[in-house]
Amino acid sequence: MSMLPQMFFGYFASAIVVLSLLVITRKNPVHSVMWMLLLFFHIASMYLFLNAEFIAAIQVIVYAGAILVLFLFVVLLLNLKEELQADRFIGTWPAGLLVSAAIFVSLAAALQKFVPGPKGNFTIDLIQRVTHTKVLGQVLYTEYLFPFEIASLVLLIAVIGAIVLAKKRMRSH
Amino acid sequence: MQLMMPNLQPVMPEITMTVLALLVLVADLVIKRKETIGLLSIITAAIVAYFLTTAKGTAFNGMFLSDGYSIFFKLIFLMNLILTVLISVKYLSVERVNFGEYYSLILFSTLGMMVMASAGDLIVLYLGLELMALSTYILAGFLRYDMKSNEAALKYFLLGAFASAFLLYGTALVYGMTGTTDLKEIAGYIALNGLAQNPMLILAMIFVAVAFSFKIAAVPFHMWAPDAYEGAPTSITAYMSVGPKAAGFAVIGRVFLVAFGGMKVEWSAVLIPIAILTMGLGNIVAISQTNIKRMLAYSSIAHAGYALLGIIAGTPDGLASVMVYMLVYAFMNIGAFAVIIMLRSGDFKGDSLSDYEGLAKTHPLAAGLMLVFMFSLTGIPPTAGFMGKFYLFMSAIQAGYTWVVLIAVIFSAISAYFYLRVVMLMYMKEPKETVALSSSPAIGLALAVALVGVLAIGVVPSFFVNFAKAAVAGF
Repeated sequence: MSMLPQMFFGYFASAIVVLSLLVITRKNPVHSVMWMLLLFFHIASMYLFLNAEFIAAIQVIVYAGAILVLFLFVVLLLNLKEELQADRFIGTWPAGLLVSAAIFVSLAAALQKFVPGPKGNFTIDLIQRVTHTKVLGQVLYTEYLFPFEIASLVLLIAVIGAIVLAKKRMRSH
Repeated sequence: MQLMMPNLQPVMPEITMTVLALLVLVADLVIKRKETIGLLSIITAAIVAYFLTTAKGTAFNGMFLSDGYSIFFKLIFLMNLILTVLISVKYLSVERVNFGEYYSLILFSTLGMMVMASAGDLIVLYLGLELMALSTYILAGFLRYDMKSNEAALKYFLLGAFASAFLLYGTALVYGMTGTTDLKEIAGYIALNGLAQNPMLILAMIFVAVAFSFKIAAVPFHMWAPDAYEGAPTSITAYMSVGPKAAGFAVIGRVFLVAFGGMKVEWSAVLIPIAILTMGLGNIVAISQTNIKRMLAYSSIAHAGYALLGIIAGTPDGLASVMVYMLVYAFMNIGAFAVIIMLRSGDFKGDSLSDYEGLAKTHPLAAGLMLVFMFSLTGIPPTAGFMGKFYLFMSAIQAGYTWVVLIAVIFSAISAYFYLRVVMLMYMKEPKETVALSSSPAIGLALAVALVGVLAIGVVPSFFVNFAKAAVAGF
């Protein structure tokens, strides 16, 4: 019985890696986006597994729901015939693979020496009692109010940027 | 639950900047003459600078630190903002992209830099960095009809996103090991638990160093810079070669000297090779460039290498010399770009080195100004560039890094070749064609400010250095 959480975690962790690989290796962008949908659901399950139900719900609603649909629209508007013939990777991918492998090996080696930091105020017990959404809301609007406000400006820039780069006239008179 | 109003006094400059930037954004709807919007953004910068004088203190439980260090950097950002707006006004109509959003994006980008300089917490630092970077990506692609500008924005965006991922990975690892994102608490926890030699923490530090190296365009994370600098609108090239770089150094100083203060041996082993590679590649590759914007991009890479010496020194003097250098760099680099912008008119691009042949005969004043800025970039006295480098190298020697300084001096001598070649082309060649200068009062003012800055810091450097040293005192 005590093995069950580990098994769940093992499944989700390995599924996320496999799904990410599928996303970046598919030639057909529509297939990539579909695998990504599945990937987002697995990530959401991972959050659920960590007692973070609010983040899990947001993951599904925002990422799987809104952002991915947008991706699909964009992909469908592209000229797929050309896209299907293009190579998925540029010529220097072995160099990239080498660097990633080096980072992976050094991370794996350093992992032995990882010492987890002190536990904070928000124990699983407390979160289950107060509910995750409420705890998150309280922290976000008190302790993290300042970063939260900056994040709103970052989103505003995204909106302005989209209008400037896509909607504005090319040239002024 | 009791509601407590946080002490907003230290954040007033940022709040003012946000409100005024939003007003500038809305004003664009009603004001038809976009030059007025440019004027409004300069007024905004002046008002924010006024609020900086009363902004000392900390806010939001140490997440936001408004100390002398951050205020000095904020003054550099505001100076950068004002000079950029001054050189943009005419240029935008020459390029026919006279849109008001340009100015509000510059304001928001500067706001992001100000948040970065004041960040006492890794989360605030990251968000400030994103605010700065996102605005700059858009500005780099502002010439929508120009493929090169599109390329610049896309390359800058992709590699910037990549750097952000590194920063977040490093931050997550640090948080996992110390249980906090507050810079001072991280330092305390590392010291208390003797984690300085922990391989995982060293790896986290390297990730953070990689992310910041992307931002300051240090080798081997510089690949985006030449293409982004060449393709972006010239005014934005000037802006992003100074602002984001200075902001990058502000956070490097804070993160490495405060949060990773106990890991000096480890991080200097990472930063010294980066600094040497940066100076070497920047200066050597700049020699073979034929496009002046590209040449200045490599020069900008090289200057990041010099400035890293002050960080490597790891002393208050070193930090002060980095701050002075960033100020010097702002004046001399924007000055040089202002001259490049003046050469752009109608169908004439004016960004090729051969366009400068015989400039001294056709436009002696512009050539004279370019001469001063090129001398300063090389580091020839009595210009500010010499004094900036002098203090940087001195602080590194005092900290015991004489051999690194020796290498820096050699590369600095190499750099004379490509800077002085511009001077040689201007003064010793015959003009091929007469080009009209697209000058304006605004760009004249920018050139005057840059010239005064370069000469003043060159002649009375002690005033600025003492100012920076006093600013660092409360670090």
